[in-house]
Amino acid sequence: MTDTAPAHTAPTAGPGPDQLDGVDLESWGLGTNNATGLTNTKLGMWLFLGSDCLLFGALISTYLLLRHRGTGIGPEDVFDIPFTSVSSFVLLMSSMSMVFAVSAIARGEDQKLRLWLLVTALLGGTFIAGQVYEFTSFYREGLGYTTNLFSSAFYSLTGFHGVHVSVGIVMLMALFFMSLTGRLKQDRAEAVEVVGLYWHFVDIVWVLIFTIVYLIP
Amino acid sequence: MAIVEQPSTSVEARELEAGPRHASPDEALGVFKRPQGDTGWRSWLFTVDHKKIGIMYGAAALFFFLIGGVEALIIRTQLAAPEQELISADLYNQLFTMHGVTMIFLVVMPIGSAFMNYLIPLQIGARDVAFPRLNAFSFWCFLFGGIFFNSSWFLGGGTADGGWFAYAPNTSVVFSPSHGMDFYAIGLQITGIATLVGAVNLIATCLNLRAPGMTLMKMPVFTWMSLVTQFLLLFAMPVISVALFLLTFDRLFGANFFNVSAGADPLLWEHLFWIFGHPEVYIMILPAFGIVSETLPVFARKPIFGYEFIVFSGAAIGFMGWGVWAHHMFASGMGPISVAAFAVSTMFIAVPTGVKILNWMATMWGGKLSFTTPMLFSIGLVTMFTIGGLSGVSHAVAPADTQQTDTYYIVAHFHYVLFGGALFAFVGGFYYWWPKAFGLMLRENLGKAHFWVMLLGFNLTFGPMHVLGLQGMPRRTHSYFDGYGFNVWNMVATIGAYLIALSFLIFFWNIFVSWRDSKKVGWVPPGPDPWDARTIEWMTASPAPSHNFDHVPVVTHRDEFWYRKYGETDDHRIVRIAAAEEVAQTGARTDVHLPAPSYWPIVLCASFPLIGWGLIFNLGIAFVGGAIALLALFGLAMEPADDPDAGHGDHHDDHHGPDAGPEAAAADADADKEATLVD
Repeated sequence: MTDTAPAHTAPTAGPGPDQLDGVDLESWGLGTNNATGLTNTKLGMWLFLGSDCLLFGALISTYLLLRHRGTGIGPEDVFDIPFTSVSSFVLLMSSMSMVFAVSAIARGEDQKLRLWLLVTALLGGTFIAGQVYEFTSFYREGLGYTTNLFSSAFYSLTGFHGVHVSVGIVMLMALFFMSLTGRLKQDRAEAVEVVGLYWHFVDIVWVLIFTIVYLIP
Repeated sequence: MAIVEQPSTSVEARELEAGPRHASPDEALGVFKRPQGDTGWRSWLFTVDHKKIGIMYGAAALFFFLIGGVEALIIRTQLAAPEQELISADLYNQLFTMHGVTMIFLVVMPIGSAFMNYLIPLQIGARDVAFPRLNAFSFWCFLFGGIFFNSSWFLGGGTADGGWFAYAPNTSVVFSPSHGMDFYAIGLQITGIATLVGAVNLIATCLNLRAPGMTLMKMPVFTWMSLVTQFLLLFAMPVISVALFLLTFDRLFGANFFNVSAGADPLLWEHLFWIFGHPEVYIMILPAFGIVSETLPVFARKPIFGYEFIVFSGAAIGFMGWGVWAHHMFASGMGPISVAAFAVSTMFIAVPTGVKILNWMATMWGGKLSFTTPMLFSIGLVTMFTIGGLSGVSHAVAPADTQQTDTYYIVAHFHYVLFGGALFAFVGGFYYWWPKAFGLMLRENLGKAHFWVMLLGFNLTFGPMHVLGLQGMPRRTHSYFDGYGFNVWNMVATIGAYLIALSFLIFFWNIFVSWRDSKKVGWVPPGPDPWDARTIEWMTASPAPSHNFDHVPVVTHRDEFWYRKYGETDDHRIVRIAAAEEVAQTGARTDVHLPAPSYWPIVLCASFPLIGWGLIFNLGIAFVGGAIALLALFGLAMEPADDPDAGHGDHHDDHHGPDAGPEAAAADADADKEATLVD
């Protein structure tokens, strides 16, 4: 390293600011001005949902392993398929109203946003009410949480899903009241979109649970 | 939330700011003002700065390391001679369980988190992580989870005693009647939440916040290995969460998941646990691989050999790590086809690991090696991990493994990979990045003494365990009979364990005297780049300023910092073209708007142990904890991620009042946009 001047010079020597054409370096990392063009929030939600897939995957596997191993009351003794089909339909419809809510805030229509948020939350609440009714009637038929392997696995799996829906309802209502107090305007449409991602995910999981737990004998 | 750097406001706006500030108490649930300030204990408790969080991770992990180390010393003292009764068999069970869980979940993983938190944003040229408040949440959640878990020493009527893998139904109430396993299940659940949130956060950071020009294939290897690690965590944590939930429900609410008398299958826990547990071993070792991939090129004065191979073999480990879990269960009777399949896949996963070791050797080959302390520890990893890797391959041979299962051979193997691998690299990493984190060097002579004593003690402790295991000494047994030929090697192992303890006394002494040196008159700070390093975390001042970089660097090369210091002549000789001080940013800028500190992460996490104790002892306490958690969650969600009415310590000269002009208003809106519910 005792040599004379180099043929190549460093890209930028010295502590001055680097330059790059077409990129606003001062606001780098803010909003979508980043390496992927996705906001952190949306990327974070996608990652969380990816992780949640494994949570339900493990719970569903446990259920499939355990449901026929025990003794006593089994799935076919308690399931009321028509009733659960109706509540599943209600939950699926809530995905549609969620889409309307996302679309409303994207167009800046606050009234419609609040309407559809409320409708989505109500549909979700109806589903939860159906689940409570279902659990109660199963319990009356003698299927307690500790009764057998099937009951523990069934209540845990559907219970975890119910908690997910309930958390979603809390988020929807939070959005509703934020919009009511003027804290949720068009410029924050992404907040609704991200809650929507969660909501659709929970719905899709229910489609799987309904098929695997209720429909496939 | 996002790294918020706002354009400084106009001159007029600055003049307006001189007027009285408008506090807006309606923020943050209308109760508290946001914490402010860069100094004092509050700046640590409420910080969202990834560097402070990283340092706290390291400090907390070293604290738990002391606890786990003392547990290990008690174990080794009990085993020093045959038929000793220093401690009861019951206490011995608790000690090895607590030692294992502490070292894995509260030491090795958090030290990895410490490095990842501190280094990823600096290595990719970002101001902070993607979600700074969630980062604070992760740390406090881990710390309170660890404290909760260890509180079983005082509250549990006995700690967890089922081994770190806690095989159910052996851990059901019938066989483990103390509250210890409840503390295990709930404590690991809490630290698991911390880890999962951290994974989302750091993946988003790696993907989104890379400086302009830093493509994935220009990322430093440490950041790459961290990214793979975080993906493993993202998908492994929910599985252990489910397993722990099921165990908790069984123990506390009488569910039947592991109730064999009701027809349950004991293999369920083993599968769930090891589907998490095997990726977990790569979660612990990959950050260490990343660290040596940073230090070896610096001290061999050569670029890393085969960057693409290192990166892709790391990613390959990440994928293949999901297909080998059942090699932990060869002795469980799961059937010859499963055993054969997992034996083959386990042998295959040795290939990408071997690729890495060859790459490190090729990096050193022909280099101008300088044997500094970090270099010694890195070479320590390469050699010691290779021994552990080879004994690992011998486990892949199912018939041999059936002999080795539950003997000291296994104990020797996983200490060679975890201690000889992960911990050697982590300690080397401490020596390497200490000047960057604290602005002072650790003493080299004490560092080398630390290395040699640790290497000797480590090999004396765990080397003989290979022999003991092959002689048939079972693990998890609190004593052994005289006359089986176990005496000599057990005594050697115990002496080695005390040597390891001595080596860490040297380490802590080194930390102290190096700090004392830095207070002396005439002490010279090490400058931004004491090792003549290659990656851009060295391109800013030491210690790194709270805003990391004065200006976001534009990256054009792998090893960007090196290319700014060195050039090539026409006849292909490497020459220095700039001093580090000329290239490095000074860190003097003061108008960078940083994410504001927050009370809510620590408040939220402090409620988790309450919920845990409540579930075990009294549901009333759980409801109090739950209420605090709910309040804190809403506080966290509803406060703007970036407090528009507060600066960050001395970085608040871009404060903008209500009339600060359209520019500031736009920036405000942008900041608000980031503050969504899900942060």
